[in-house]
Amino acid sequence: MNKYNQTLDKNFRDKEKLIQIPTRNGYGEGLVLAGKENPNVLVLCADLTESTRSIDFQKEFPKRFIECGIAEQNMMSMASGLALSGKIPFVSTYAVFSPGMNWGQIRVNVLQNNANVKIAGAHTGISVGPDGMSHQALEDIAILRCLPGIIILVPCDAIEARKAVLAAARCKGAVYLRFAREKTPVFTSEKTPFQIGKAEILKKGKDVTIIGCGPLLYEALLAAEKLEKKGIEAEVINNHTIKPLDEKTILASIKKTKVLVTIEEHQIMGGMGSAVVEMLAKKFPAPVEMIGVQDRFGESGEPEELMEKFKLTHPYIIKAVEKVLKRK
Amino acid sequence: MAIYSIHESKIKKLEETANQIRQDIIKMLLVAGSGHSAGPLGMADVFTALYFHILNHNPKKPDWPDRDKLILSNGHICPVLYAVLARAGYFPIEELKTLRKFGSRLQGHPHRGSLPGIENSSGPVAYGAGLAVGMAIAAKMDEKKHQIYCIVGDGEQDEGMTWEAINMAGKWRLDNLTFIMDRNNIQIDGYTEDVMPKEPLRQKYEAFGWHVIDIDGNNIRQIVEACQQAEAIFEKPVMIIAHTIPGKGVDFMEGKFKWHGITPKPEEAREALHQLRTLGGKIKSEHE
Repeated sequence: MNKYNQTLDKNFRDKEKLIQIPTRNGYGEGLVLAGKENPNVLVLCADLTESTRSIDFQKEFPKRFIECGIAEQNMMSMASGLALSGKIPFVSTYAVFSPGMNWGQIRVNVLQNNANVKIAGAHTGISVGPDGMSHQALEDIAILRCLPGIIILVPCDAIEARKAVLAAARCKGAVYLRFAREKTPVFTSEKTPFQIGKAEILKKGKDVTIIGCGPLLYEALLAAEKLEKKGIEAEVINNHTIKPLDEKTILASIKKTKVLVTIEEHQIMGGMGSAVVEMLAKKFPAPVEMIGVQDRFGESGEPEELMEKFKLTHPYIIKAVEKVLKRK
Repeated sequence: MAIYSIHESKIKKLEETANQIRQDIIKMLLVAGSGHSAGPLGMADVFTALYFHILNHNPKKPDWPDRDKLILSNGHICPVLYAVLARAGYFPIEELKTLRKFGSRLQGHPHRGSLPGIENSSGPVAYGAGLAVGMAIAAKMDEKKHQIYCIVGDGEQDEGMTWEAINMAGKWRLDNLTFIMDRNNIQIDGYTEDVMPKEPLRQKYEAFGWHVIDIDGNNIRQIVEACQQAEAIFEKPVMIIAHTIPGKGVDFMEGKFKWHGITPKPEEAREALHQLRTLGGKIKSEHE
């Protein structure tokens, strides 16, 4: 039992007993807390106030909420102007629109101005479900990770999402925060540490490292538990900060286990797994299996149907672990 | 516009400064060997009027929070901005000759943080408009009295994001926001109306809730009076359409779109400087 991070929810092994809340709700709660903490915090939204949960902030601070209409390029440009005037704007809409439609404004107006803008991408991953491929953001991390100076955070549940929003508001510089639409298990607790740039070990193990980010991490925990029964001790790392990468924690784990499986609800190209293996290829090459979306767009369906079709659930993590262990 | 006054002697002085700025631009471009000629020369009068008469700014305190802010949306005309900033005292005039060189603070397109007085990094056209709108909204929220100016090109009226920003400024009735458009009728591929029609600009801006003033952008008095009028307009952002002659002051560059994105060769620069120093032959004796 003490292999597990002692700050996880006490019921983390039993999905039925865990409450399920979308990470976007943590965004809404975090915005209100950040707004109370700092009067410079503003929220901008592009006609998706309710579904992004920006509505929580709008109700609390109507004068600090800016409705931008369906104009994501201008929303990002305005955010940079607000930030250069001392404000801390949170730019909220679906990730397929921001950064999907305003990458240039992020590059020039936000980052080349060193503007303190926070970018919240909602409705990421295939778990967006019935809306289908156009609305399932699977490339957002890839297109932002290559930009100098940005911090990228992917919270794993609603509690961590709230902490990530507060941490983003408190830090200086551009931050991208990634959220999901669907309800997912809340398996961390108020006590679970969250620090930008510091990966968190959820379970210790010596045989294989499973490193992931976002709500899929819960599947990693389920996989790790089943692997225990097969005599395989997996280490599970919550790599919530994709940039800057916590090389120290990741390297220490891989040097111990020698092999790894990466998991994310994103294209395997350019995502969290890519960030990890780029670093390892230079510093400690190790066999790897990468779980994620394999170079295709999403499709319509219920989230659980899609997670199964795209092989993102714990049985596939177990298979990937067994496969990578053969290369040890 | 008669209610606003600027003394004739001040206008003469500003015209002399603008001429000096044009000479600076030619010298900078000659040394740089690449860059844009027509736009900076065409806008020399507007930038001179702004930095030497209109803007409430302090070169000794570039970060003073209550300063008027000038956002450049068409960053490629930066030689004119660099020249006025240097002449206004933001950095040594000597440094102008480092334009576009390795290690220079005068980057090919402006970079905020590299050089005092630069309010925004720019280069890809039209990015400044929304940024200026954001600054104007921030000033409204904080009940600040300073003005936000944004210089835009006519070519960038092609960009969709321009109209997103224009719409937002109209929605917020940003009367602390003044845009000045360099209406010089040229862009890289040719005359603006051939590349993509822009007109009717006045009606378009008015439809978006803006107050529009058309001026001769190479006439210092008209520039000053339009800016003063813009400050006095309530409840609306203002677009000053400054009709300029690209390459103004150098006869072989004036009105030629081929001079949009090229720089003078040494003999061309010599001729250009001669024309500027003699005001196109109006002055007989040439002073260095």
